[in-house]
Amino acid sequence: MRPAAPWRFARWGLGITAVALAVAVAQGAAADPLPTRPSGAQMPSRVVSINLCTDQLAMMLAAPGAGAKPGQLISVSTLASDPMSSSMAAEAAAYPANRGSAEQVFMMNPDLVLAGTFTSRATVDLLRRLGVRVVEIAPVTSLQGVSDQIRQVAAALGRFEAGEALVARFEADLAALAPPSDSQASRLRAALYYPNGYTIGKGTLSDDILARTGFINIATELGRAGGGNLAMELLVMAGPDLVVTSKPYPGASRSEALLRHPALAQLGAQDGQAALLATSDADWICGTPHVLRAVAEMRAAHQRAIAGPAAPMQSLP
Amino acid sequence: MTARSVSAFASGRGLSIRLLTVLLVLAVVLLFCASLLVGPAALGLGESLSALFAGKGGPVVLVMQEIRLPRAILGLLIGAALGLSGAAMQGFLRNPLAEPGLIGVSGSAALGAVLALQTGLAAAFALALPLAALAGAGLSAALILILAGPGGGALALILAGVAISALAGAATSLVLNLSPNPFAAAEIVYWMMGSLADRSFTHVWLAAPLILAGMVALMTLGRGLDALSLGEDAAASMGLRPGRMRLVLILGTAAAVGASVAVAGAIGFVGLVVPHILRPLVGARPSRLLPLSALGGAAVLLAADVAVRLIAPDRDLKLGVLTALIGAPFFLHLIWTMRRAEA
Repeated sequence: MRPAAPWRFARWGLGITAVALAVAVAQGAAADPLPTRPSGAQMPSRVVSINLCTDQLAMMLAAPGAGAKPGQLISVSTLASDPMSSSMAAEAAAYPANRGSAEQVFMMNPDLVLAGTFTSRATVDLLRRLGVRVVEIAPVTSLQGVSDQIRQVAAALGRFEAGEALVARFEADLAALAPPSDSQASRLRAALYYPNGYTIGKGTLSDDILARTGFINIATELGRAGGGNLAMELLVMAGPDLVVTSKPYPGASRSEALLRHPALAQLGAQDGQAALLATSDADWICGTPHVLRAVAEMRAAHQRAIAGPAAPMQSLP
Repeated sequence: MTARSVSAFASGRGLSIRLLTVLLVLAVVLLFCASLLVGPAALGLGESLSALFAGKGGPVVLVMQEIRLPRAILGLLIGAALGLSGAAMQGFLRNPLAEPGLIGVSGSAALGAVLALQTGLAAAFALALPLAALAGAGLSAALILILAGPGGGALALILAGVAISALAGAATSLVLNLSPNPFAAAEIVYWMMGSLADRSFTHVWLAAPLILAGMVALMTLGRGLDALSLGEDAAASMGLRPGRMRLVLILGTAAAVGASVAVAGAIGFVGLVVPHILRPLVGARPSRLLPLSALGGAAVLLAADVAVRLIAPDRDLKLGVLTALIGAPFFLHLIWTMRRAEA
């Protein structure tokens, strides 16, 4: 549609800006041959990770620096050094942290950015427009998926051997944590209950951890898929044998205060079965080999519960 | 029964005031029961009522006694506190726009509560939460009464209220955004809009004593407000001391509203709408309006809290959303009629 003449003059300024932008975008695309070409044996040398899970896999897989020369991985996200979220907070302290903004990441002059598929669309699009190669990694939804995830990140980094070695170690360790015998008697019902009444159901890594360690997830029982809120009433009515929850953050929030609701505490007193189990979220969040610690912990919780309902469990502080 | 037929009954006779009281009490009782019976866990009527009075028992008893009962009690108390303090403020300032939510008293109470929580004071000493909210509410109420006391006019009151609301809201957001807790910033909406979801008896014990004390203090103002409604000179000739009344009003409102906000966030418009609906039915007698506004406020808040559970069962829709949806058009209507009266 063609605007009337006076409008065209009024829009001159805007039009010029739009053309300049379009040219800039075209140049950006031209200067970035990587997205169209498979990475092959090419090994990126300045990798920035802006996602908690890729942070941890990259730290485990990237080539180390030699002498004064920095390693392949030059920065991880700030979350990686938060012990509440990251299993590798200590290791992450050795890397410069980024807050994941396109501007900050671009100024680090990376030749590869590792992001999650839930990373802000605007950030990923802008980085690509600026000619940076961005590889997006989807969240892992099962324990089996961890191996694929390791291979994906290893391929992006060009570190195939390191990737295969880590996969082999992970699969051996996972096999060593044999699931409990699948008799009806040994099946216990567990609830994942987090701040704001958030729970996690079918098709998630957490659900798979429960399933593998002899628990039935009540959210899955209730037909919930993925994450979502579960009213406390429904949790109480489901009467789980075990409630898995998170450690509180410093400072106060109403979202976490919910976990100290008297109804939850009394749920444990009902039949001597249910008990709260404070657990570190960090090992549950990402599909890295650290998830095995969560598997081992839940397996131990299952064995304690089977051994005797009165066995004392770690309770929420 | 419609408002029109109530008003026909209530046209100025003592008996009809009694009838209105009975109707309001009935509404509060029914809505209190509805609040106990509505929830995501679909419980049968008989099952839930017997669980309410059972001793120790299964999950149904837990749901009724530890989740729904405290919620209903808080809805009753907080609604009454908001309705009563709105009526008392309007009576004292002789200004129909006075309401704790609109003039920033609730917002300041929220700021006090948030400060107590984020500094760790409330964790060290549980009563610090309602007391800090009380202090916030008291300070802002005093400031409002100084800036826009009787004779200050509607404009001064609303301007002072807008300024204090904005300041308290901004400070609350700032404190929550700077909190080390990642969930705190997401709770700004809760502190500004209010909710009764997942409250427990811990909150009832924290808030109820202060709310009740504040309401008792406000109730004593009835006779004085009656005298004041005849004009300041007439009130003075009857030996009334406005300075003392002002102090009781500030302390009473601060205790009732402060403790309410500390456990449920700031819920607006209840204190504005309820006295206005009831005033034409009881005549311009603040001493009659005060208790009826408390009942009306309780009915409105219980109804709103039932409605949020029916409209969006899984989403914790905030109470302030509903009260503002009803209250804000009402407020605009009020300004319109005031403008016409002044013209």
